[in-house]
Amino acid sequence: MKRLQPTVLYEKSLDLDLLEEISHVPGIERVKRCIQCGTCTGSCPVSWAMEDTPRKILALIRAGMRDRVLDSTAIWTCASCYYCAVRCPQDIPITEVMYALKRRAIRESRERSKNAQALSREFVKVVHKYGRNHETSLMAGFLLRARPFSAFKEIPIGMRLMKQGRLPLMARRIRDIDGLRRIMAKAEELGGKE
Amino acid sequence: MKVAYYPGCSLHATARAYDESIRAIAGPVGLELEEIDDWNCCGATAYMSVNEILSFTLSARNLALAAKTGLPVVSPCSACYTNLRKTEKYLAEMPHIKRKVGEALAAGGLHYDGGVVSKHLLQVVVEDIGLEKIRALVKRPLAGLKVAPYYGCQIARPLGIEESIDDPVMLDRLIEALGAIAVPYAMKTICCGGALMGTREEVALRLCRNLLLCAQGQKADCIAVTCPLCQMNLDTYQGRVNSAYGTSFHIPVVYFSQLMGVAFGLGAKDVGLERSDVPAAALLRTGT
Repeated sequence: MKRLQPTVLYEKSLDLDLLEEISHVPGIERVKRCIQCGTCTGSCPVSWAMEDTPRKILALIRAGMRDRVLDSTAIWTCASCYYCAVRCPQDIPITEVMYALKRRAIRESRERSKNAQALSREFVKVVHKYGRNHETSLMAGFLLRARPFSAFKEIPIGMRLMKQGRLPLMARRIRDIDGLRRIMAKAEELGGKE
Repeated sequence: MKVAYYPGCSLHATARAYDESIRAIAGPVGLELEEIDDWNCCGATAYMSVNEILSFTLSARNLALAAKTGLPVVSPCSACYTNLRKTEKYLAEMPHIKRKVGEALAAGGLHYDGGVVSKHLLQVVVEDIGLEKIRALVKRPLAGLKVAPYYGCQIARPLGIEESIDDPVMLDRLIEALGAIAVPYAMKTICCGGALMGTREEVALRLCRNLLLCAQGQKADCIAVTCPLCQMNLDTYQGRVNSAYGTSFHIPVVYFSQLMGVAFGLGAKDVGLERSDVPAAALLRTGT
């Protein structure tokens, strides 16, 4: 069902702090310089699949449409290919903007993009356990979490990869997993305030 | 040349053939691989979506471990490589990030001052080892073989090989040095969809369809890649592209290191050619 797009915005529904909230990574503040030229959207290999294009996302941030931006599945369609960022005439690190918005959406457990968040969440879980990504656990865990009813469709691909020796069943932990976990816990604490 | 080798997680699993072929060609080209002791995951694109400091810290731990060896880090995976470069850059330019990452590393008894040089394996092969040496090692020239040089996205961007965003030629030159033909490949730096194959399959399938179509249009016999995820998306999901689009692509997708191995006279098994969906072994043998 298509969402109704409000044509009138009331001041109380706006939140102009979003840009400041996500400006911890250098360069993001340059969103203010966006001239809406659309080079980002034109360069993006997946803008055709986004409910809001990159150019629009930048405009929505500046307009203060916080919920609309953070609920948008568009930010999760970004594959981090950096094409928009290298071509932006205003030198806006758009990929970093997308990452910062994803972090916000995850922190606020935004419901609309729950499935898209699942891969990142599962990835973190696997690395916390082993110190490395164990692709077999990641794929199985992600599929069961994101689409438990159609996960079986991936069985043939999994079987082929296994036959090719590309999906080891056993995961190996790194030696100093305890040290790594202490490092990760500290980093999480220090980065959690963003 | 001795390097700190950072294979990354995929090279122990879905990209095992990449690892096998790299180890197989290392000897002939004179590359001594010292694997970084007890390395961890780089965080790929997932960690940056969760916690920025945590993401930088993961790569900083690898850099700290590599610093102990005093060697440049060589990464065959574009995501690992981009994360190492990005972390090095932010640590150098942003004192508040450096302070937090330093504090986190200290919790595990590690310390990183910066300064480790990170390179993608393709760069090391072309720039450090050099094409002249590669040419001299070719025993079985891939004469007549048409290869589409696919760089993928991340290594062609500013955090990457710093050649050209739209038209890098490093891989083209390597393919030619092996005796093959590098066909003009307009989509050489357009994204394959990466992890979207898991979260939004229909989007990634279309990107892969376009990449395969472009290679087919140039009558490429195979596509050479520089990244584990590109290989998996284009090869493992090629069948699914065909069912989704009614196409009949049958294009082998090989790591550039596999092409090197074959040209150096190594067997298909030595370079892991049997680990793909679309078989490449026969094609490469007839290419001699």
